[in-house]
Amino acid sequence: MNETPKILISNLNLSIDKQDILKNINVKIPENKITVLLGPSGCGKTTLLKTLNRLTDLYENVKINGSIILDNEDILHTKSDITKIRQKMGLLSQRPYPLPMSIYGNVSYGLKIKGVKKKKMLDEKVEHYLKAVNLWEEVRERLHHPASALSIGQQQRLCLARGLAVDPEIILADEPTSALDPLSSQSIEEMFTILKKDYTLVVVTHILRQAKRIADYVVFMYLGEVVEQGPADEFFSSPKMDRTKAYLKGAFN
Amino acid sequence: MPDMIKKAEEIFFRILMIISTVAIAAALLLILFSILYKGLPSLSWEMISQTPKGGFYFGKEGGILNAIIGSLYLSICSTILALIIGLPVAMYMNVFLIRHKKSLNLIRFFLDILWGIPSIVYGAFGFVIMIYFGLKTSLLAGIITVTLFIIPIMVRSMDEVIKTVPSGLLESALSLGSTKTEISYKVFLRQCIPGIVTAILLSFGRAIGDAASVLFTTGYTDSIPESLSDPAATLPLAIFFQLGSPIEEVRQRAFASAAILTFIILLISIVARLLSTKFNRNKIKF
Amino acid sequence: MSGLYRKWIDRINEAWMFVFLLLIIILPFILAAGLYLKSYLIISENHLSDLLFTDIWKPAENKFGFAPFIISSVWVSLSTLVLAVPVCLLSSIYITQYARSSVLKLMQPVIDILAGIPSVIYGVWGVLMIVPFSVKAAEWFGIHTTGYNIFSGALVLLVMIIPFILNILIEIFRIIPEELSEASLSLGATKWETIKFVLLRKALPGIVSAFGLGLSRAFGETIAVLMVVGNVIKIPHNIFDAGYPLPALIANNYGEMLSIPKYDSALMFAALILLAVILVFNFASRVLIMRLERYA
Repeated sequence: MNETPKILISNLNLSIDKQDILKNINVKIPENKITVLLGPSGCGKTTLLKTLNRLTDLYENVKINGSIILDNEDILHTKSDITKIRQKMGLLSQRPYPLPMSIYGNVSYGLKIKGVKKKKMLDEKVEHYLKAVNLWEEVRERLHHPASALSIGQQQRLCLARGLAVDPEIILADEPTSALDPLSSQSIEEMFTILKKDYTLVVVTHILRQAKRIADYVVFMYLGEVVEQGPADEFFSSPKMDRTKAYLKGAFN
Repeated sequence: MPDMIKKAEEIFFRILMIISTVAIAAALLLILFSILYKGLPSLSWEMISQTPKGGFYFGKEGGILNAIIGSLYLSICSTILALIIGLPVAMYMNVFLIRHKKSLNLIRFFLDILWGIPSIVYGAFGFVIMIYFGLKTSLLAGIITVTLFIIPIMVRSMDEVIKTVPSGLLESALSLGSTKTEISYKVFLRQCIPGIVTAILLSFGRAIGDAASVLFTTGYTDSIPESLSDPAATLPLAIFFQLGSPIEEVRQRAFASAAILTFIILLISIVARLLSTKFNRNKIKF
Repeated sequence: MSGLYRKWIDRINEAWMFVFLLLIIILPFILAAGLYLKSYLIISENHLSDLLFTDIWKPAENKFGFAPFIISSVWVSLSTLVLAVPVCLLSSIYITQYARSSVLKLMQPVIDILAGIPSVIYGVWGVLMIVPFSVKAAEWFGIHTTGYNIFSGALVLLVMIIPFILNILIEIFRIIPEELSEASLSLGATKWETIKFVLLRKALPGIVSAFGLGLSRAFGETIAVLMVVGNVIKIPHNIFDAGYPLPALIANNYGEMLSIPKYDSALMFAALILLAVILVFNFASRVLIMRLERYA
């Protein structure tokens, strides 16, 4: 792990209403790997994920300090447009939230926001990204139907396509399979392992087995702190900290 | 460059948003200020302690005690009636019908629609009933009309309160062997008292402030009603009639009467607010 | 207390609760039936289209054309709606999306008190402030008016229905899951784009029904409008003309309605029209809202 990390988080503290949610986080997220944020619910992993694309701006009374360096730029203290930074990262949330428009509208939304107007260009991109998530064959006949009519599993793949369409470098996923059936979950996981060739992935999960299946790098969090982090094989085979060992044995969840 | 336009558009609309919100708050202040500013100077002890004397409607002495008492009689009686009918209904919905989600939704739907019917329609209907039963314009006819008018308000707002009682409470009380009636009036009622009082105050405020529903039914009189079959004056109608007068002194009294009614309504909403914050504080414990 | 006794109390109690509930449920039907019976006289003697679409109103000569009143009602409530849509939308978006939560805490009592102020007080305020303002506003357009006109009616109604609509809109914006905004933001949209393209679209059915309910409120409001709208029996041609909406017609003439034949029947018919219109609007809007809540 000596190469430069894609994202470097240092000394990150975050509190909401004077309650500390994240305490002194230092994490290096490697490029073109799947980094898994692992830990029991309420440990702050989702907040950490949302800090990465500054969705924490939405919260009231937040205090953040520290730095998150992405491409030589501290995104917490940047002067450049936050929307540009967000477009570098696609977000996949716990449940799919299709935008209230057609399937086509969902995938082309980010492109249109970016200013792409040519219909031919949009058509091509929509087709391309729907194919990338294996959804094209299922929806090509009803591209202009409301996205909410799709099944939950299809919706989640649509959300992934929607995120890929803005051409991000990083994909952030917050327990992306928790609302899905086992088959759909499996297809999302498979897609992740394919996507890591081109993208850096950060996946939040509390499912140990899922982490073992997909992780290249693991960050284990507990009560707002990073307890231990390291390459997946090392982390799972020879954990160093007592709390990690206890967690891996299933002592708490 | 398009980014600049985007930003300018957002700022433009944000400013409009702030203006709208401030304007709404300002409207309230303007209303309260203008009513009190015009009303307070002509407000006197005589206004609220005397009934109209001869020549009152030409600006001579007298007060609007008849209307104040009439309004109080009317709204207290109809609030009590509406409570007697409304509380059991709200309880029934939340204790007996709690498993029948479909009928419950239908009932709420009906009540909401009833709530939306304007008071003038209730007034006209009250008039129809009056004619049908051969009643004269009287306090009683007014009370019946206003009761019908506030029942949906009463039931729906109590329902909203009782709805928040956790279903676990019902189940554990049932398993302890209480009947549903006992649960309604011992457990649920106690749990929801502040909220129910708020609902009662809300209905009372509606009852005392509404003019259109009593226009046909209560009549208007300069004396204080002594029985249910007497006609009665009400505060909103007193304001309405006095404001229609061409004589300046009488119009001044209309403003003073408006100030009195505004006081009453403000008092009610302050008490209701205090109670509901207390209620919310209790609710957080669950 | 014996178990049997308690059981009987329970039975009796349940029965009387049920009876009251039934009474409430059939109330709208009784209301409609009562008004219909009373207005039957006038409906049976005249064509419905004559009643609704002719404009000659001479009760003493047995001529009842409701067109001036119906058209006035439409004018007043539609102008109110036109004013209410931007104000309520902008304000509810500000309160739920941009402002700190303390603004909502501040606005909630404002909304509640506005909603609680009696109609007659709004009327007095209208006479004090809105009517003079209306005179000035009309002068801008070179129109001379007494100030008692549709514009004044609409302004007073606007302030009256704002709290009502705003409450519903705030509720609607709050039940839209935050993750939807997050999804849009993370695709690079600005907050305003998110509101424009995602939130407003998601809330559209709710917004439509909120304004539907507001419109029917405005349609039925009586005393406040009556006090400022002028009450001249004539089809209005612009917003600075005096109007004479249906509720005002009913309220203004209750005194003489028993002295002229069929007059009472005509007024009850007016109430019936009012009830019918409002029931339709309410029904449609509530159905929309229920749908939104189910799919939200």
